[in-house]
Amino acid sequence: MADTAAGETAGSAPAGAVRVDHLLIAGMVEKNTRVLDVGCGDGALLRLLADTLNVDARGIELSQRGVNDCVAKGLSVIQGDADSDLLDYPDDAFDYVILSQTIQATRHPSKVLANMLRIGRHAIVSFPNFGHWSIRAQLVFRGRMPVTKNLSRPWHDTPNIHFCTIRDFVELTGELDAKISRAVAIDTLGAQVRVNAPWWVWNLLGEQAVFLLKRNR
Amino acid sequence: MSTAAENQSARLREVDEPQSQVVRFEAGNALKLDAGVDLAPLTIAYQTYGALNAAKSNAILICHALTGDQHVANIHPLTGKPGWWETMVGPGKPIDTDRFFVICSNVVGGCMGTTGPASTNPATGRPYGLDLPVVTIRDMVRAQAMLIDHLGIDRLFCVAGGSMGGMQVLQWAASYPERVFCALPIATGARHSSQNIAFHEVGRQAIMADPDWRGGRYFDEGVRPFKGLSVARMAAHITYLSDGALQQKFGRKLQNRDAPTFSFDADFQIESYLRHQGSSFVERFDANAYLYMTRAMDYFDLAGDYGGKLRSAFVGAECRFCVVSFTSDWLFPTSDSRAIVHALNAGAASVSFVEIETDKGHDAFLLDIPELFATTRGFINAAARACAIA
Repeated sequence: MADTAAGETAGSAPAGAVRVDHLLIAGMVEKNTRVLDVGCGDGALLRLLADTLNVDARGIELSQRGVNDCVAKGLSVIQGDADSDLLDYPDDAFDYVILSQTIQATRHPSKVLANMLRIGRHAIVSFPNFGHWSIRAQLVFRGRMPVTKNLSRPWHDTPNIHFCTIRDFVELTGELDAKISRAVAIDTLGAQVRVNAPWWVWNLLGEQAVFLLKRNR
Repeated sequence: MSTAAENQSARLREVDEPQSQVVRFEAGNALKLDAGVDLAPLTIAYQTYGALNAAKSNAILICHALTGDQHVANIHPLTGKPGWWETMVGPGKPIDTDRFFVICSNVVGGCMGTTGPASTNPATGRPYGLDLPVVTIRDMVRAQAMLIDHLGIDRLFCVAGGSMGGMQVLQWAASYPERVFCALPIATGARHSSQNIAFHEVGRQAIMADPDWRGGRYFDEGVRPFKGLSVARMAAHITYLSDGALQQKFGRKLQNRDAPTFSFDADFQIESYLRHQGSSFVERFDANAYLYMTRAMDYFDLAGDYGGKLRSAFVGAECRFCVVSFTSDWLFPTSDSRAIVHALNAGAASVSFVEIETDKGHDAFLLDIPELFATTRGFINAAARACAIA
C-alpha cells in the first residue's frame, strides 16, 4: 500500500524539489525530537527532517526498494506496513508519528490512526481530499470515478481503498478523541487555503490537507 | 605421503599451531562456560585487518558461521582459496579495512586454532574429543569479549555476521549492550527452529554412524569419519541453497554422460556437486567440531534466556541494528528476522530491516549480492558519522 500510494499522490514536485506537503509537515515538527514516518517511501521526508531539524528519524515502508534506498542512505527504516507493524511499538515511543499520503491506502484507517496516537505524542496526517471540487465535478457531471493529476490511477488499479474528505477526517478525529492542534489545506496550486475559512470552504478548495493531532487525554 | 594425508597433517597442525595471531588464557583467566565448568587454558586464534585508531573506536568484530573461520579476507591457509567474506571486507569494500580495524576470531569449539575438540587437552596430551564441554553461542561471545579486552578495546564500533555469526551478533547486543555501537545480524534468528535442529541432528547422526568416528576418539585410533562428515555436509548444503537456485543451476542435467547408467553412480550433476561439497569439506573441517558447532546453534534461544520475552533481551540496548534477510532463505526465513525486528521495535530501538530478493537461498549472505553491499555500506557509513569515525 504505502509504496504505491506515495507515488500516486501529492508527488507532483519534480525530482529533487521538496514537496509542498513535506514542507508543511516539517513546519509542524519541533527540533531534536523522535519521529516515525509510516510509509516513508524513498526517505525524502525523513532526510528533510533529519537534515533540517536534527530529528531522530525512523521509518516504515512496504516496498523492498524503498527500504533498501533508505537504509543505503543511512536512515533507520524497516520493511512493514501501517496496518500490522504499529502494534509492536510501545506507548509514547515517539514525539511525532507521521502518515504522509498513506491513510487512504490502509486497510483500517481508524485503527492505524488510533495506534499513531498511542505510540506518538503527536500524529501528523496528510491526505488527498476527496471532497475537492474537481473530484466532486467528475462524479457529478461525468458520472465517472475521479482521476486527477495526483490520483492518476483508475479505480480498479489503485492502492487507495479508503478515500475521505476533510470533513470525514475531522469527524474521525472526534471519534478517536483526538485534538486538532493545527490543520492546513492546500489548493491545486500548492497555496494554503485561507486559515479562517469555514470547513466547507476547505473541503471544496483543499486538494490536500495536513493535520497535526494530539491525544485529548 | 599422499596428498590427502598431507592435507590432514596440515589441518592437524592448524588446530594447535594455527597460522593466525593467538592469545592464550590460563587457569586464572578461565572461560566460564554455560555448561557450568571453567575452560582453561583457552587459546583464541584470530585475524585482524586494517589499523586500530588512537581512540580505539573503529573496531569491527566479524562473527563467522558454522563452518567458517577467522580467515575472512585473506588466502585460507588450508584451501588456498580467498577469504570467505572478501566481497564484503577489504580496502574500499562495504566493511572498509582502510577505515576500520576488523577482527575475526575462530569460535570456541572450532577447529582452526581456537580451543576445540581437536585441540590437545593439556591434561592428557591427547585431543579433547568429546571430553570438551558442550559450548554455546553465549560461550563463543564470552570468549570474543575476552579477546576484545585483551586488545584493549572498550566498545566495538560494529559486530557483524551471518547465520551462526548473526546469532553471535544478537548475543553481543544482549550480553554487552554498552560495548556495541551498531549490530548487523544477517540471515539469522533469535532461536534455532525445530526444523533446523532436525537437520543438524541428521548431520550428527551421519557422523556418529560412521564406524570411523569411534565414539569421538578417532584421532587416537588413526582414523577419520570422513564418510559421515561428508554426508552431514551434503545434507546441510542443500539447506543453504534454494529449490529455484538448484533447478536453475543443475536441473536434471546429467554429469558427463548422455543417458542414465542404471546404477547408483552420480548420474545427475547435483549428485556430483554435493559429493564434491562433502569431500572437499572433510579436508578442512573436524567431525567433532561439527558436532559442537551444530549443538551450539541448536541450544541458541535468546528469548529463553530472558523469561521467554525476546524484547527483554534488548532492553536498554542503545545500539543501532540493521537486520537483513533473503527471500529464498528457508533455513532462516524472513519471519525469523521479523521476530527480531518486532522485539527491537517493542523496545523502540533504532532498527533497520531489509529483506533482499534473491534466489540464492541462505548462502546469499556470502555471495555477490549488490543490495547487501549497498545496505551494509549505508548502515556502516551512517553509524560511523554518528560515531565521528573518519
